[in-house]
Amino acid sequence: MNNEIMIQIQNASYAYDGDDEGVKSEPVLRNLSLDIYRGEFLAILGHNGSGKSTLTRLCNAMAQPDSGKVFVDGMDTANEALEYAIREKVGVVMQNPDNQIVATIVEEDVAFGPENLGVEPSEIRRRVDDALRRVGMYEYRGHEPHKLSGGQKQRVAIAGILAMQTECIILDEPTAMLDPQGRQEVLKTIHELNRDMGITVVLITHFMDEAVQADRVAVMDEGKILLLGTPREVFAHREVLFDSGLDIPQSAKLADRLAQFGICLPGSILTPEDFLASFCAYREGKK
Amino acid sequence: MIKDITLGQYFPGNSPIHRLDPRSKLVLVFALLIIIFLCQNFFSLLLVSAFSLFCVLLSRIPLKTMLKGLKTIVFVILLTSILQIFYNHDGKLLWQWKSIQITTGGISMAIFITVRIICLIFISSLLTYTTSPTLLTDGIERLLKPLKKIHIEPHTLAMMMTIALRFIPTLIEEVDHIISAQKARGADLESGNLIKRAKALIPILIPLFVNSFRRAYDLAYAMECRCYRGGDGRTRMRVMKLSAVDYLAYVICALLLAGVIVLNIFFEAVI
Repeated sequence: MNNEIMIQIQNASYAYDGDDEGVKSEPVLRNLSLDIYRGEFLAILGHNGSGKSTLTRLCNAMAQPDSGKVFVDGMDTANEALEYAIREKVGVVMQNPDNQIVATIVEEDVAFGPENLGVEPSEIRRRVDDALRRVGMYEYRGHEPHKLSGGQKQRVAIAGILAMQTECIILDEPTAMLDPQGRQEVLKTIHELNRDMGITVVLITHFMDEAVQADRVAVMDEGKILLLGTPREVFAHREVLFDSGLDIPQSAKLADRLAQFGICLPGSILTPEDFLASFCAYREGKK
Repeated sequence: MIKDITLGQYFPGNSPIHRLDPRSKLVLVFALLIIIFLCQNFFSLLLVSAFSLFCVLLSRIPLKTMLKGLKTIVFVILLTSILQIFYNHDGKLLWQWKSIQITTGGISMAIFITVRIICLIFISSLLTYTTSPTLLTDGIERLLKPLKKIHIEPHTLAMMMTIALRFIPTLIEEVDHIISAQKARGADLESGNLIKRAKALIPILIPLFVNSFRRAYDLAYAMECRCYRGGDGRTRMRVMKLSAVDYLAYVICALLLAGVIVLNIFFEAVI
């Protein structure tokens, strides 16, 4: 991770059009500022209706803030001429894998993005094969999407973004509709992309355990960033998280429950590995 | 249960017919349908039916499958043959009962038309049996490109076809889910008369429609995210190039046309 800014959100506010003409409804984003660095893995947490998905729309120029500015790699999203240049940089993977696959064959779908960009046929072929290998779906290139599992479909969707060679991928609750195995597949894939290809990943989620593995975590509530920092910093603010209807990772929860019974494990615990190490240390201390 | 449907009844394979460029196949099938209609006597019809059978054998689609395809139009074949037998009074009289006459002309016409319909069905179903829906829409898009001049967008049409094909299995699955969900709530879908059962469909159709609109909205968003902006400036991954097989197929069809015309000239027309 370096300090180069990939996406810069400056005091952005946004409200959807209300039911009456010309009247805006309650704002979903209020004066929100956030810098997303190139190559980082940022997790955004927040309960439903906290404005997470709207934030996505601002980042790929699908919507412009009512006030404030959003810059993607230095490009202003308010500039309509740059709309497609911005979407070429920032790809979006949505929650429902069924609703974002366009073509009837896996490899055709992955090719959809580069085809739209007007890339040469031979180059599209190369990108499609490469993207499918990256997400581990190369053997399925000739399959029909509806015969794949949820996790596989979601990986195809990710490959579709990869083939556009975007520098940043925003995943809007990509695992919400998947079974545990599918979740693991998808998470493993996006972590590999972040680590091996240096792609900036913004993972919007409401699974605490997914957020723990990120470089930074941002907690959103009522259109504002409530907390921002490393997972350890953020999950230390338990009361704030509980107040905004969120939770803490399972391992941390278990440690808390143990503490209620007088078993105080040392150190801060976020992951199962933390828990194990801490628990062993505790046992050693007891002996 | 209905998840395993095959779309457009495509049978994957690697025969020369499968390998033909989809554009060639579309053009040639169209040409062959015209050639079949050009036949005026049994000799040219024999040539054409032999050719149709040859194509079927070449495609390695089992004859059984082809015959199954005829099942749906058996009624049409029977009806036309019966009409021919009773209304055509040419040739020698074979049998008569009051005003109903059966003549040799009627019978030969019935046979002629039956064979012709079977040929038409064989040739046109070979197109969908040997071409995947994706290739077919792709071929149609490229063939219709000249229509752009009269402001019809072949790309838009092809895109709509692709999306429709893509979502048929998804929607079928969804109907399955909705039916289960409504049954779980005590909906009675199987009993009662026709009207009652049609009414029972409403609680299935409404959620299906609502969900389809949401899907459409999501899909449009996903497509825009992937820089979709219509057909202009769009390239395709698949390069379509005519190969030797295609040219050979064109030559064979031209010879067939010539053969049919020659036989039509040399022998008396029956139709």
